[in-house]
This record gives sequence, C-alpha cells and structure tokens, in this order.
Amino acid sequence: MTPTRRTFLKIGAGGLVTSVLGFDLRPAYAQARELKISRTTETRSTCPYCAVSCGVIIHTLGDKAKNVTPQVVHVEGDPDHPINRGTLCPKGSSLLQDIVNPRRLMKPQVRRPGSDHWEDISWDAAIDEIGHLIKKTRDETFVTADAQGRTVNRCEGIAFNGGCTDTNEFNYLVVKAMRSLGVCYLENQARV
Amino acid sequence: MSTGALRIQRASGHAGPIPGEDTQRRMQVAKLIDTTTCIGCKACEVACLEWNDLTFRDTVFENSYQTMPETAWNYWNLIKFNEHQRDDGSMMFLMRKDQCMHCADPGCLAACPAENAIVQYQNGIVDFQQEYCIGCQYCVTGCPFNIPKFNSQTKKVFKCTLCSDRVGQGLEPACIKACPTGCLHFGTKDDMKELAETRAQQLREHSGYANAGVYDPAGVGGTGVIYVLHDITNPEAYGGLPSNPRVPWTVRIWKGPLKWLGNLAMIGGLIGVTMHYLRYGPKHVNGSGEEGGRP
Repeated sequence: MTPTRRTFLKIGAGGLVTSVLGFDLRPAYAQARELKISRTTETRSTCPYCAVSCGVIIHTLGDKAKNVTPQVVHVEGDPDHPINRGTLCPKGSSLLQDIVNPRRLMKPQVRRPGSDHWEDISWDAAIDEIGHLIKKTRDETFVTADAQGRTVNRCEGIAFNGGCTDTNEFNYLVVKAMRSLGVCYLENQARV
Repeated sequence: MSTGALRIQRASGHAGPIPGEDTQRRMQVAKLIDTTTCIGCKACEVACLEWNDLTFRDTVFENSYQTMPETAWNYWNLIKFNEHQRDDGSMMFLMRKDQCMHCADPGCLAACPAENAIVQYQNGIVDFQQEYCIGCQYCVTGCPFNIPKFNSQTKKVFKCTLCSDRVGQGLEPACIKACPTGCLHFGTKDDMKELAETRAQQLREHSGYANAGVYDPAGVGGTGVIYVLHDITNPEAYGGLPSNPRVPWTVRIWKGPLKWLGNLAMIGGLIGVTMHYLRYGPKHVNGSGEEGGRP
C-alpha cells in the first residue's frame, strides 16, 4: 500500500503524540560500565609491604604482543593465594600507586647528619659512600677479643635490617656478607 | 545475574512500564556489613578508589580517625568512626561502612526527573548514569541516607555503583574482595539475610550483645546493603544511620498524586480545546481586512 499524504501525516502525528506521552519501545538494557580488567594480562606477585606476604594479581594493559608496551592498570588480591585468599589491607589495596603514582621516589636520596632535608645522590656515589662508611665504622669499632681475652672478631658498630620481600637467596647473600664483616645485629622480617 | 549489559527493572523519569520488565527471573544481590568485626582499616575505602579510578581528594581531620566527615562525589565509601560509651563507662568504637544502600524502593530514583539517569537493574543495583543526569540534585533530597553527591564542575551527581561493572561480569564488588577481617560479605540477598541473622543470634547468645540485630529497613523496601549492628535499637549511634528511613513525603506526593493530577489537567485541557473548536469553530477576527491582518 502506498501511503497517501494524509495517512503519512496521520502516522507522523500519531508517532509524535506517542513519543510525547512517553511510550518508549527501546529494550531496557543499560550498557554496564566497562570492566576495565576484562582483557588485561594477569600476573601473580607478592605484596611488598609487611611480612604477611599477601598474594596479588597485577593487571597489565595489552596481551603481551610484540608491539605493546605493557602498563599496570589495576592490582587486586589473588583469590587463589592461601595466605590472603583475595583480601588486602589498605596499603596492599593501593599497590597500583606503588607503580604508577608520579609522586613515588625514583632515585636514591640522602639525608646528611643534622640536615633537615633530603638531597639527590647518584647510585655510584651512594654505594661508594656506603662502602667508605662501612670500612671506617668497622675499623673503628671492631672487637677482636673480649674482656677475658677470648677471640670474638665482631663488629659492634653496624646493624643490618632487611625488608619483608627479601628472598631466600638474597638473605643467604646478606648473611654471608654481614657475617664476613663481623656484624652481629642482623635482622629482617622476610617470610617469602 | 546477567553478563555484559544489565537488564533494567526500573528507570527514573520514565512514563509507563519498562519494556521487558518481569520477563526474566530476578536474583537480588546484597552486601552484608558486620559492624562488629570491622577494625576500621579502610581497605574498602582504598579498594573503592583504586577500582573506580577516582581522583584523590584531601582528607579532613576532625579529631577522629575518620578520613573525612561525609562521603564525596569522588569518595563513595567511608568508614564512620563513632566513639561510643558502654554502660560501665568504658569506650568502644562503633564503625560503619557508609555507602549507597541500594534500596529496593530508591528515593533518588523516585525523585529524579531525567529519563534513565537513575536505573535499578534486575539484580537490585541502583546505578546513576551520568550521561543522562541533568544536575538538578533532586536525588539528593530524595535520599534518606545522604548519599548522592554533586560535582559542581561537571554538574553531575555521583555515588557508589555497587561495582555494577564487576557484578555484571560475575565478580564481587571491590570493597568486599579487599576486606581483610571478613566483615564484608557479598551474595544473594537471601543468603546474606540468613548469614546476618545467624551472626546476630551468635552475638545475642554468646557475645553479650542482647540487642544485636540486622538492619534491613522496610521503609525503603529493604536495602541491597544490610548491616549487623551491636544494638539494633539505636542505629543513630553509628554515624547517623536513620532508624526508620523513608522516601520524603514531598517526593511521594509530587511523583504520585500530583503527577496524575498534572496529567489529568493536561489531557483535560487538550480535550477542552478540541471540544471548543468543534463547538464554536475557529476564531474569526472582526473588523476590516487591514486590522485583521495584524497578529
């Protein structure tokens, strides 16, 4: 049937009235907010903060294709990890900021004795300085024998504090290096 | 629970029924917050910020451990720290995770005049769709829990989405996943209610909280976020949780009888004009042609 001018106008007016009165025949779906981790690459890791060592999943952009530079977009707890089973404390929940926050520290800094501010230092200068200070302190405070004349060979002026994410292998080297210096005060909270 | 796009069961500013309403089975989801095991670590606050990529705002110190006095347009989830004095004079913290309650009968949705700006999905999540929001802030007046917050720069209102993106894809909300003490739970509303009742009974019988109970207020049709409280008779002690929240009567009248009266007046007017035209015909301008030509 070919609509005449009159029927065309009737249909138009009818449609107008219908839409003005609010009859809407579109299906009532809402596009849910996009899941930002739907196609990210998941990498398992360990939270670097305390000794509990919660498991985390790091979500990175891209599928590891050759031309993609991955960037971390989200970090959350690993539900398969026996320690935390997906949960995280507020520090662990903020791990994304550990990676992408522009305010995080990217270079070594030093605060001199008596100073009230931090100054930048290069890695080479920092290691050099630490080496010299260890040598100086050890030479000054090394004890070869105790009051009763027994050989002890210990360095009492230095203590070493390790972190919680130090691995087994790293701690092996720490113990070897520090014991060879004679350091007795040796502690870490590593549980990894 | 659906995947991808979520099916809507109620939409703001929408005349007539929602197409496809009640053509699928529903499964309402809910959060359960056990205030008795919350330690105030704020992991849920951080998880919310990180998942939703919210911008950072300054904290406000008001002689309390609380991050800021109220939730904000970019801070949807806030642990309220309330110092409470026990009967024997000793102090305790009543901590409550404050966020959108996802009411079954949401006052924000009832008050909203913009079509589809506030929707309720079939799983019970009440979500704001900012692209349709006109910034009138009627939802702020409609909410009995003081949750929707206005961003004066973008002129849009924001609040907790119950992570509708995660739930729509079969994941739990970010806050629930983070909680290290297990005081937050997520599941179907039926399961959560059962869990809450069990916990409240445990508190009454074994922990000396004789008034422990479940907060699922009927005044807003029940909520998608339910609390287990130490003392159900005094929810106000938990940072102003209303004991009997209701959608304001102004919103009810305005969106109920007044709306129908308005429609009646409009249709009556149209009929009146038509009848007048049929009875008396078009208006004839008297006088000469020159005068009649003027508008």
